[in-house]
Amino acid sequence: MAELDTSGGGKHKGGKIRSKKASTRIDLTAMVDLAFLLITFFIMTTTLAKPKAMDMVMPDKSHPDVQLPVPETRTMTVLLGSNDKIEWWIGPAGSPTHTDNFGKDGIRKSLVEQDKKIQATHGGKDNYMIVLVKPSDKSTYKDFVNMIDEMNIAGIQSRAIIDITKPEIALLQRDGLY
Amino acid sequence: MARVKIPRKSTALDMTAMCDVAFLLLTFFILTAKLRTEDPLHVDIPASSQVLVVPDDNIATLSVGHNKIFFGIEGTDVRKALLEEMGTQYKTHFTPEELQRFSVIPTFGVPMSQLHQFIALDEEGRKTFNQPGIPVDTTANNELASWIYQARLVQKNLKNQDLRFAIKGNAKDEYTQYKQVVDIFQKQGINKFSLITSLKSK
Repeated sequence: MAELDTSGGGKHKGGKIRSKKASTRIDLTAMVDLAFLLITFFIMTTTLAKPKAMDMVMPDKSHPDVQLPVPETRTMTVLLGSNDKIEWWIGPAGSPTHTDNFGKDGIRKSLVEQDKKIQATHGGKDNYMIVLVKPSDKSTYKDFVNMIDEMNIAGIQSRAIIDITKPEIALLQRDGLY
Repeated sequence: MARVKIPRKSTALDMTAMCDVAFLLLTFFILTAKLRTEDPLHVDIPASSQVLVVPDDNIATLSVGHNKIFFGIEGTDVRKALLEEMGTQYKTHFTPEELQRFSVIPTFGVPMSQLHQFIALDEEGRKTFNQPGIPVDTTANNELASWIYQARLVQKNLKNQDLRFAIKGNAKDEYTQYKQVVDIFQKQGINKFSLITSLKSK
């Protein structure tokens, strides 16, 4: 490895001075050491997993007088309560409510089932389901992101995030989700 | 019987190939490296199944969590111009040195009144400095709203781009904290933004 020239100098017999032929091979050990050290440093400091973004579109609030009519029979209202629980119903306020949780067999299943049901019972071109999400003050940011994600998975395009109202909070309180 | 003599081999290896590989890897890592920036506000981002990658430029990130809001914007030139504009709005003057120092701060969460003090600190001091978050109140012209508004103007003037916004929220915090930011966005007519999430493992 680390080779030292131990041949010693001087003491040439006969007076003939021969220039020593130097080897062209260089000891690369130190260079490799350094290279690997730097590699380690760069591996440690780089961010490998880049954060992912989820796009959000909110309804425009600048024209409160312009409101599109929303057919109540095609609407699914989803309330986000405490403890990662959801309450939802189809149709106008006062319809029978269902309590659900997140996950594959929870809200995702409900979203897909209800969407199919609504598309089957409604004719015409515009027969898709509209989902209104109303997060309560007790819901967490994670619930909200999960809900948006579930709608993305279920392929529900028409949705809106709306402020929760008093009667809806009362509903959540009735079921112990607030 | 003649003994078989094993020739003694040199222990020195040929390092050339190893060196080549090491430097190739090194070059790769240097070129792809983007230094990890230490987040002053620790947020645990929620997971989603989205695969869109957050862009590297033209984006302002709002970190929301623990009842604090932090603001960060990409681009040193943008940061400089933004601080200048904010100084004019809040009637406080920032020296060129302060602008220079501010341009390397990726995210911060201090009110305008503490900004001079915060900028004067060195990198270590900033880490330990207890940042209270950017003040948000119910009025339309709170400090966070001004930062957002001025950032949009600066980005438009400098780069002629519409600034994009991303919210980095803490998963366990209440929805109301996030709502505060969205309300400010909506007051300014920003209806499209991104939520930063990590990829959900299925």
